[in-house]
Amino acid sequence: ISINGLAQVKHVVLVLSGKGGVGKSTITTELALALVHAGKKVGILDVDLCGPSIPRMLSVGKPEVHQCDAGWVPVYADPQQKLAIMSIGFLLEDSDEAVIWRGPKKTALIGQFVSDVAWGELDILLVDTPPGTSDEHLAVLENLRKHRVDGAVLVTTPQAVSTGDVRREITFCKKTAVKILGIVENMSGFVCPHCSECSNVFSKGGGEELAKLTGSVFLGSVPLDPLLTATLEEGRDFLQAFPESSTYTAISQIVNTVLSSLDA
Amino acid sequence: WEVSSGESLNDCPGTSSDQAGKSSACQGCPNQNICASGAAKAPDPAIEEIRQKLTSVKHKILVLSGKGGVGKSTFSAHLSHALASDDSKEIALLDVDICGPSIPKIMGLEGEQVHQSGSGWSPVYVEDNLAVMSIGFLLSSPDDAVIWRGPKKNGMIKQFLRDVDWGEVDYLIVDTPPGTSDEHLSIVQYLSGAGIDGAVIITTPQEVSLQDVRKEIRFCKKVKIPVIGVIENMSGFVCPKCKNTSQIFPPTTGGAQRMCEELNLPLLGRVPLDPRIGRSCDEGRSFLTEVPDSPAAVAYQNIVQSNVYCLQNHCFFIFQMYVKIYISF
Repeated sequence: ISINGLAQVKHVVLVLSGKGGVGKSTITTELALALVHAGKKVGILDVDLCGPSIPRMLSVGKPEVHQCDAGWVPVYADPQQKLAIMSIGFLLEDSDEAVIWRGPKKTALIGQFVSDVAWGELDILLVDTPPGTSDEHLAVLENLRKHRVDGAVLVTTPQAVSTGDVRREITFCKKTAVKILGIVENMSGFVCPHCSECSNVFSKGGGEELAKLTGSVFLGSVPLDPLLTATLEEGRDFLQAFPESSTYTAISQIVNTVLSSLDA
Repeated sequence: WEVSSGESLNDCPGTSSDQAGKSSACQGCPNQNICASGAAKAPDPAIEEIRQKLTSVKHKILVLSGKGGVGKSTFSAHLSHALASDDSKEIALLDVDICGPSIPKIMGLEGEQVHQSGSGWSPVYVEDNLAVMSIGFLLSSPDDAVIWRGPKKNGMIKQFLRDVDWGEVDYLIVDTPPGTSDEHLSIVQYLSGAGIDGAVIITTPQEVSLQDVRKEIRFCKKVKIPVIGVIENMSGFVCPKCKNTSQIFPPTTGGAQRMCEELNLPLLGRVPLDPRIGRSCDEGRSFLTEVPDSPAAVAYQNIVQSNVYCLQNHCFFIFQMYVKIYISF
């Protein structure tokens, strides 16, 4: 039996940022949930080996990872098995255990995550990455060479310290021939729940400027929303809990744009 | 990796270990044969070279976090500024975030270049007594990506420690990228001769951050770096209009306070979110001088005025220094 884990995966989208802490895992999680609500079968491959956030955000805890004939069985976030996940978080006995690995070992595990996981039929596989342009990113691309990578969504916050790093990630995409599906500006303004005043906690406009500067599509802005952070903490589905929120609208628009560019 | 048999994923036994190349954790590592042959065991001569080079550096402090985007670079930069306010002290700030170097921008040094002299690379001076080194100074364009695997990053870090002409330094602050990987192992390895005083750990209040930070603390214990303490950054936001506080990054599991209680570590303090901090960083200015009245700057003051019990005397001395500087503002 051929262990080509991605044989039945229609689209692969990377979620990247040069910068840490901008919301890659958050955006990956919300994109995945939105796609599932839109009737798609989705997978999330979490290649952040030192700081895997996806299991908590989808409250999948520490299930066992089993093997079947076709490879490792991914963990499903839902009983209908619409959302499959693989993360090193599932493989650690102790969730506080540090994964203190140098590049080659990280590369080897990521290779296994790509090739040896029985993803089955998926409409989209989202790949959540750590910040940077190093071993993990190269390992993902090398292992995906046999399979098409549709492109990457780049996440930034509005401030220059963030866009400064994301510019380098854009260069990485150009050098590795990864199509940039667009840029998401996360943490874009905070609306005070007490008085509705909007504060630009992490500055303003940098994501849109970056898109213009680099000729990329601007996918949209997601506000800094304590309800979003709280639901992620608890591993709840934000989109089901707060469908009236402007954050929901922002995420839906981003998903629609990404889907259209995949179908195009 | 035989996960279903219950064996946990072990980390690398270390290239100098007796188990190098032979342990079950070595399966699948591309360097397995090198380690098994014993070739990797010889200590790197650079460690001794670095020890000698850094005899003129009195204290070395790492700024760490398992999590990205919590404010390591912001803290490293401002700790350096605060320490450098005492003209009699020489401060050095080393940025070992190879892929995402933020320090040049935050210190207002974008576009600066490094010069080579007979005694090595000259760091860039932002003040007469504050020297900075970052890969950012070696890149010619803000779009340049450093697409390097571990070994090349390690080589760069070795050069930063061995080949930079730091001179006489009272405090060397090392800013790191998030994680527990090549950069962190290399810094610890290359400074194993010269010694590290300790690490300051930065986190934000929410569990998604703390779960990564606990791993970093485990890393420190494993490689025997004393943890000076933990700072909880982005701890609440005070609306400038109505002055109510919102927990944007909620401490759903008790925040850094509960983690510090559980792990018996000092909580050095909490710094609130302030849009002016981000703006100062973007503009390359110290917010301690730009907005000394901001709740965040006041929080820094409280951090240093609170009683901090450190594992080593000289760590406490650093924060005493910080108090003196702060009060003079």
